[in-house]
Amino acid sequence: MDMANGLAVEASGLTKVFRKGEVRALDGFDLEVPIGQVVGLLGPNGSGKTTAVRVLSTVLRPDSGHASIMGYDVTKQAGAVRRTIGLAGQYATVDEHLTGTENLVMVGRLCHLSRPSVAPRAAELMEQFGLSDAADRPVKTYSGGMRRRLDLAAALVARPPVLFLDEPTTGLDPQSRLGLWDVIEALVQGGTTVLLTTQYLEEADRLADRIVVIDHGKVIAKGTPAELKADLGATVLELTLESDEAAASAAITLADLSGKAPFVDGSHIELTVEEGPAIAAEALRRIDADGFSLLGLSLHEPSLDDVFLSLTGRKVEVDSAAVAAGNTRKGRKNSKEPA
Amino acid sequence: MTDVAERQSPSAPSTFNTAKWAVSDILTVTKRNLIHSIRIPEALFFSSLQPIMFVLLFRYVFGGAIPVPGVSYVNYLMPGIFVQTLCFGAVSTSIGLAEDLQSGLLERFRALPMSRSAVLGGRTTADVFRNVFVITLMTAVGLAVGFRPVATVAQYALACGIMLLFSYALMWGFAWIGLNAANAEVAQLMSFPLLFPLTFCSSAFVPVNTLPTWLQGFAENQPVSVVVNASRSLMVGGPFHSPGSVWKALAWSLGILVVLVPLAVRSYRRA
Repeated sequence: MDMANGLAVEASGLTKVFRKGEVRALDGFDLEVPIGQVVGLLGPNGSGKTTAVRVLSTVLRPDSGHASIMGYDVTKQAGAVRRTIGLAGQYATVDEHLTGTENLVMVGRLCHLSRPSVAPRAAELMEQFGLSDAADRPVKTYSGGMRRRLDLAAALVARPPVLFLDEPTTGLDPQSRLGLWDVIEALVQGGTTVLLTTQYLEEADRLADRIVVIDHGKVIAKGTPAELKADLGATVLELTLESDEAAASAAITLADLSGKAPFVDGSHIELTVEEGPAIAAEALRRIDADGFSLLGLSLHEPSLDDVFLSLTGRKVEVDSAAVAAGNTRKGRKNSKEPA
Repeated sequence: MTDVAERQSPSAPSTFNTAKWAVSDILTVTKRNLIHSIRIPEALFFSSLQPIMFVLLFRYVFGGAIPVPGVSYVNYLMPGIFVQTLCFGAVSTSIGLAEDLQSGLLERFRALPMSRSAVLGGRTTADVFRNVFVITLMTAVGLAVGFRPVATVAQYALACGIMLLFSYALMWGFAWIGLNAANAEVAQLMSFPLLFPLTFCSSAFVPVNTLPTWLQGFAENQPVSVVVNASRSLMVGGPFHSPGSVWKALAWSLGILVVLVPLAVRSYRRA
């Protein structure tokens, strides 16, 4: 109940099993979001991100575990939680047949704002989100980007101190995405605590103070974007070979040189290593000696994409079982580290 | 903690406030649903067209072949077709809720501090307004094709009230269907196997004693017949005068509400 720990969102050991198909959407999920911070919950489709947000926003009851928002328990004090949060994103939507203003007024009234205060608040938000010109048009005439901005505005009507954004830019064109990021950044400047789920690493990198990587309903890594990248190694080495067989052979060579598991996707190989240039030089020599030719080579700083690939192992297609086992171990090891 | 609750909560709840806001929430959702009816006029137009066509069909096509002792067929028909129309109209309650569920709007509502009964309360209240419109329209159509009720205005209003209450009770069953259907189309398909036997194996269109003996027991006592009989007793009277059916209709409606409201509310909480 106390917030002496300075946490806006706290969850421990959350589980949620969907009966149909026995899917373990959450499987011992833990989360801590400090007040005033932006935490990015990062994971592929079906990793449990949305289920986590639905549980934290009281939409779904967990099967077990505990979660609280600003000290209010999500199951025992759901009413207080609902007065504390705003929810926007892919599954929470606005009403197509109402105008933008009518949507905000409706949500404001349902948040129990007084009748005189709700219209000015709606107008203020429409202005702030650049929707004033479209304020009296039905939402079905809005573009995708306008709809998402209105959706976000609806979550903000009652000025909640904690905001859940569930994949706020999924399906948007790049320009609309940039526009929405500016809006979210401005909110954060104002001190709102944000839990953001996303499958876009760029989005988490830009907006989040801390990142929590989730897969199969569990946290597999957490830290600041910089920490996660640092954990991975200094340099990312990418190679493109003439054929898939050449890549398979080169992957074994690289595993041998670095002691780490490269990711192979067709004729493309990716590996994160400390001694990038040295390993690259030696790898080139050996690949050449094996009689394969190289079509492309690059060395660069790791991105969150590389972190993600390393943790979830989604693209792993390396033949060697030992190499695959190495990946799994890395993921597990990180999950035990404190943030 | 109390300080925090009050600072963060736009309105800290008390028992009085809870009740006041529950009413406010229901009205807010009702208004939203009524705006939909206005913004999608084609839906209202076509849902009004169907009952009018039923009136014309039974009045001018089938009616001549259905002899009813004591009154003209159109007088016999109209109370029945009112109830049939309201029963079919209740399907839109399930479609509306299934659409809201599918669109994700209910997801947003569930994360708001609004009353848990407002979505269903607002949906059914808006549908009652629609039914008042439907009854008014059909009364006008009926009068145009020769319907001549003998009821006083008060009796006619009471008959309408009984039909509205019954359709309100039915809506909660359709709300339950809407919340449990995979989508709006399925909700609609799930409704018809219920509606056809209830509305057609009844006293709505033909006298029950013309049905096979084995069907008469069901047809005479099922709620649609009871409500039709009550309305017919009040609107047409004469050979159909039956004060007992009015009480039976009220009892059926209240009984249905007592069973279906908790069922629908439970589905809303879990859907």
